[in-house]
Amino acid sequence: MRLLRFARDINLGLKSLLLHKLRSFLTILGVIFGVGSVVAMLAVGEGAGRQAMEQIRKLGSNNIIITSMKPQEDQEQTAQRSYLSVYGLFYDDVERIRQSFKTVTQTVPVKVARKEGRLGTRAMELRIVGTTPEWFKLVKRPLIAGRPLLQRDMEGNANAVVLTEFGARKLLATQNTIGQTVRLGPGHYEVVGIVKSESGEAGGLQTPDQEVDAYISLKSAIERFGDVTFRRTSGSDIREKVELHQIIVEVADIKNVESAAEGINRMLELFHKKKDYRVSVPFALLRQAEQTQRTFNIVLGSIAGISLLVGGIGIMNIMLASVTERTREIGIRRAIGAKRKHIIRQFLIETIVLSTTGGFVGIILGISIPSIITRFSGMPTVITLWSLFLSVGISMGVGILFGLYPAIRAANLDPIIALRHE
Amino acid sequence: MTPENNFVIKIENMTKVYQMGKTEVRALGGISFSIDRGGYWAIMGPSGSGKSTLLNQLGCLDRPTSGRYWLEGQDVSELNDNELSDVRLRRIGFIFQSFNLIQQLTVRENIEMPLYYLGYSPHESHLKASQFAEMVGLGERLDHRPMELSGGQQQRVAIARALVNDPAILLADEPTGNLDSKTGEQIMELLGELNRNGKTIIMVTHEPYIAEHARHQLHVLDGLIDRIEEKG
Ligand SMILES: Nc1ncnc2c1ncn2[C@@H]1O[C@H](COP(=O)(O)OP(=O)(O)O)[C@@H](O)[C@H]1O
Ligand SMILES: [Mg+2]
Repeated sequence: MRLLRFARDINLGLKSLLLHKLRSFLTILGVIFGVGSVVAMLAVGEGAGRQAMEQIRKLGSNNIIITSMKPQEDQEQTAQRSYLSVYGLFYDDVERIRQSFKTVTQTVPVKVARKEGRLGTRAMELRIVGTTPEWFKLVKRPLIAGRPLLQRDMEGNANAVVLTEFGARKLLATQNTIGQTVRLGPGHYEVVGIVKSESGEAGGLQTPDQEVDAYISLKSAIERFGDVTFRRTSGSDIREKVELHQIIVEVADIKNVESAAEGINRMLELFHKKKDYRVSVPFALLRQAEQTQRTFNIVLGSIAGISLLVGGIGIMNIMLASVTERTREIGIRRAIGAKRKHIIRQFLIETIVLSTTGGFVGIILGISIPSIITRFSGMPTVITLWSLFLSVGISMGVGILFGLYPAIRAANLDPIIALRHE
Repeated sequence: MTPENNFVIKIENMTKVYQMGKTEVRALGGISFSIDRGGYWAIMGPSGSGKSTLLNQLGCLDRPTSGRYWLEGQDVSELNDNELSDVRLRRIGFIFQSFNLIQQLTVRENIEMPLYYLGYSPHESHLKASQFAEMVGLGERLDHRPMELSGGQQQRVAIARALVNDPAILLADEPTGNLDSKTGEQIMELLGELNRNGKTIIMVTHEPYIAEHARHQLHVLDGLIDRIEEKG
């Protein structure tokens, strides 16, 4: 019954607005752009947030990644023949970090060697990663077959290797041929497991793993491949001595990640004469994403705010004109017995219908803008249901806020004077 | 001081003063009279004498500056805006010289308007609107807009609208003023019939031959009652 009455009021409001279609449309333009901006803004924000979450998932939210870096001065030295560039993380750094930081739960050394992998006639370039079993606890990837490296693989002359799904597909005939022997450079290794891998960049950071990885024990990597690498490029030979290429550290509580990273950085400075490593914190990416998002939000939020304000004033203006135009009608209704609140209700419903219509059109606009942003900037956007509800709410709010004054003006007209109005 | 129950309207010493900047306009200068239930009155007088002001007071569109007004025994002279609206909604029907229908609404919607404010369901008001349109002879025109009707027909719609809430008094300000004499006469016949069926009618007119239809003629001059004439 009440609902029926309300539906009738809305219908009446719609009718009166459809009387002036163009005028009504022009009036709601501001609301259309305002709401469109709100929807787009929230979509960009949500997209950035989810992208950051996804990146952090790939990199490990509680991890700190310390990577060896060739220092600037060594880059210049390489022009000289037979210069040996010594840089990077030390084996001892692992133990130092383990001992010094209470908040650190795991410290994983990573030694990398680029060698050819071979099985019969099949061959591929591999990134051989010498590490410890903890690697698989920090770089959490699903196990597809077999097992990860275990403590016993670290001992003596054990020669186990874990391949990635990608590598297994290239080297092994079928995925489940665990137990086959592959050649990695000069050594022979038995495939004990296959894991999935992520690859590529996440927010400017390389994922710790790559699809061309082959994981063996650190000890085996040191014995087989040593610390010195030799590369011949056009005109010069590059010789480098690096003990560890990476150390991945896990911190128990995400709150301590950034302070631990700072501490590690300060400690490493004591033992490294040159700045030959870089400490990166995936968690900080979230901060960065938030910053980007904030910038976008300020821009779009300002557009939204100004549009909604202009839209609201436009609506108020048109409603004031409407009140003047319909003074006679107001007088008639009052003479018949309509109370002030009935007049307020009538005009307010009309304004809300107007602004909410603008809101719905704005939502359509707001849904199309993000897909354009995504197409041209590659920035991910996600439209959430709640943002649409919020937009409808905002447009209704604008209607109420800016419709109240004209409605009250209408209600306060003296019935006798209103009736005489031409 | 309670008036006898037979009076629909009793007025004592009613004044209405309009403030025009620094000058005061005394539109009503202390008027007293009463009207029986079922009465048929014409308010007459020259232009500017206070006829419309008096009718607006009777119609509870405004409060008097001083004096008392009892409508069906209830003192309505000091009600607030909300209460006055309610009195108009339930007990008063208005007819105007210029019909005052809402152009965007159909005949049916115009007639239904008081019922809407009274909280009738769409179904009930639909039935009642049809019934009253029938009564004024416009049963076929319910879905037309006022623009599509003649002046006389529009005034009939206005009468249907004024009666649909079954008011205690029907007030008319120059109801035939915008009509030709033949159509005007038909409207007066309709009002006469309503009065014979018991409706109390008070109308403002300056045409003596229109005033002839009423049983009492109240002559106003400069905001005061000049004389009251009773027919027959
Ligand atoms: N709202 C008003 N403000 C000021 N003066 C008014 C107002 N309404 C009526 N008057 C004055 O009151 C007097 C009576 O007016 P009115 O009742 O309209 O006369 P009538 O209907 O007999 O022509 C006139 O002098 C008129 O100018
Ligand atoms: Mg007048």
